[in-house]
Amino acid sequence: MGLVMAENITKEYHSGEVTVRALKGASFNIEPGSFVSFVGPSGSGKTTLLNLIGCLDKLSAGRLLVAGMDVSSFGKKDSAIFRGKNIGFIFQDFNLIPVLTVFENIEYPLLMVQNASPGDRKKRVMSLLDAVGMAEQKDKYPDQISGGQKQRVAVARALVTNPKLVLADEPTANLDHKTAYMVIELMKKMRDDFQTTFIFSTHDQKIVGEAEILYMMEDGELVGKQMKGGEEHV
Amino acid sequence: MYNLFKIAIRNLMRYRRRTLLTASLIAIGVIFVLVFVSVSGSFKNMIIGQITGSMLGDIEIHRKGYVASIDNLPLTLMMNPPQVKKADGAIKTIPDIEAHSPRIKFGGLFSNFTETTNIRLNGVYPDMETKTLPLLTSRIMQGEKAIKKGEIIVPELLARGMKVNVGDMVVVIATNKDGSVNGKQLKVGAILESVTGPGGRDGYVHIEDAMEILRMEEQEISEIAIKLYDFSKLNTVAHRLDADLSSDVKKQDKPVFEVHTWETLSPFYNIARMIDMMTLFIKIMLIAIVLISIMNVMIMAVYERIREIGTIAAIGTLPGKILAMFVIEGFSLGVLGAVVGNVIGLVIVYILDLAKITFNFGRQTGLLLSPALRASDILVVSVIVIIVAVLGSLQPALKASKMEPIAALRHV
Repeated sequence: MGLVMAENITKEYHSGEVTVRALKGASFNIEPGSFVSFVGPSGSGKTTLLNLIGCLDKLSAGRLLVAGMDVSSFGKKDSAIFRGKNIGFIFQDFNLIPVLTVFENIEYPLLMVQNASPGDRKKRVMSLLDAVGMAEQKDKYPDQISGGQKQRVAVARALVTNPKLVLADEPTANLDHKTAYMVIELMKKMRDDFQTTFIFSTHDQKIVGEAEILYMMEDGELVGKQMKGGEEHV
Repeated sequence: MYNLFKIAIRNLMRYRRRTLLTASLIAIGVIFVLVFVSVSGSFKNMIIGQITGSMLGDIEIHRKGYVASIDNLPLTLMMNPPQVKKADGAIKTIPDIEAHSPRIKFGGLFSNFTETTNIRLNGVYPDMETKTLPLLTSRIMQGEKAIKKGEIIVPELLARGMKVNVGDMVVVIATNKDGSVNGKQLKVGAILESVTGPGGRDGYVHIEDAMEILRMEEQEISEIAIKLYDFSKLNTVAHRLDADLSSDVKKQDKPVFEVHTWETLSPFYNIARMIDMMTLFIKIMLIAIVLISIMNVMIMAVYERIREIGTIAAIGTLPGKILAMFVIEGFSLGVLGAVVGNVIGLVIVYILDLAKITFNFGRQTGLLLSPALRASDILVVSVIVIIVAVLGSLQPALKASKMEPIAALRHV
């Protein structure tokens, strides 16, 4: 059974009398431990799709199962609890909390979401700081580190709760190519080390090739699926 | 909880200048309230102390109907010996009563042999009166600080007008309740400072002299003044006395006694109430200051941190925790303002106390203002500030907790 199973999912936005179909009946299946990317130009529906998988937004139609749960039936609180347990997020703008140190930013989900014990928190955070190579910067605040370092911290924060799935919306958009490549490599390494499924969206052709499974999107539709070593149309 | 406080305090430190300005505004409000409460409270308590400690006593018992005609000092509405005994019995059953003093109050003529004028007199047992009115002797300006048989204590204004001094002989003439007139020669034993308020310009004689002047065969009493150990029990004791004495009714089923606290006998009570009203208004102003400043800051804080709210909500932070984060921020700001305000307020009150400021009230001059703050004043003001700070941050905090993460993350 797939970790993410989408059947004909649709998302419509209403603005006055105008209805915009951001996603038009997408169906796909993502297996646990995959390293998947949704690619396409701006407005193709990548972010909408990631928001739906991440339980940040509601489906208009279709069926979406994440980690075996039908997320379309979730209320606001259920969504928050589900996200806290199962999903890690990496944002384009890093979205670190400026008043917390690197250590505290990574610790935050354990502390505020999972209520982990101090000993467990310290162990988990230190192991991830080592894994992303930020142990020496642990006491620095976000404004004291570079963009690449911020995204490393964001990767660590996304993984600290041992989620089944990490969603990254344009994680390299604000990074130079070299740093972007390093972040993608780090995400891959984390997938290998922690067996976590990574789904990221991008329109950067240079890093598209790093994904193992690639879904191509256009105008709210999935127009193709490419696996390393072959092509399959949806 | 510790971590919520840590994040709240760091967020306050993040906007240091704004936090400082808001906390200063709250602190200024707290300082104003504390200084006003201490100064007005000191003034009020001093005057109440003067009224109850040197004129009225804390509570008075009269025969029913006496107070309505108190300006005439009616001799026909006095308590007879069985009634006095009944009142005495009721007084002795209440352990909160420290002392009591029966008085014969009457009006008469005061003559220095060349001139005559009106005088209001209290016939009292000296020991009982000075125990009930401990400040009475402090009003004696000249002469011995005692009320002796055969002597009269003359109020200052009357002594000055009639040009009598300590040791002079005077005559007091009065009509008794049967209409017969009698007079008695008395020596001026002391001159009493005149003060503002009921009874503030009355003279004093020994109760036996009063009985002699009024040709009383058995002692009748105009009023019984009462002093309490604890002034805060005023209304409790008055109600109990009233209840104990109300069982005594006349043939017409009307009560024999009436019990009054100083509040219903002195017009200063209205001034005291006005002071309390002003204190209330000042506290309402403080509430407005805290409410508006905290709401303003927290609304701005939520607006500036919409993306952060989106991030923590996306990570899985429950709405209740987001609400708590902002409420704790407002609470911390309130605590900061209250603590700073209390410390500065206490210092100012201490300085005012050291400054020995004096003021005049009516004919009383050079009254020393001794502003002081009770722990309860500080506690009440602090609790008001903190509760209002929490209430002020509640609306912005609710807004933050209800934000959809996706909309918050999209916010630019």
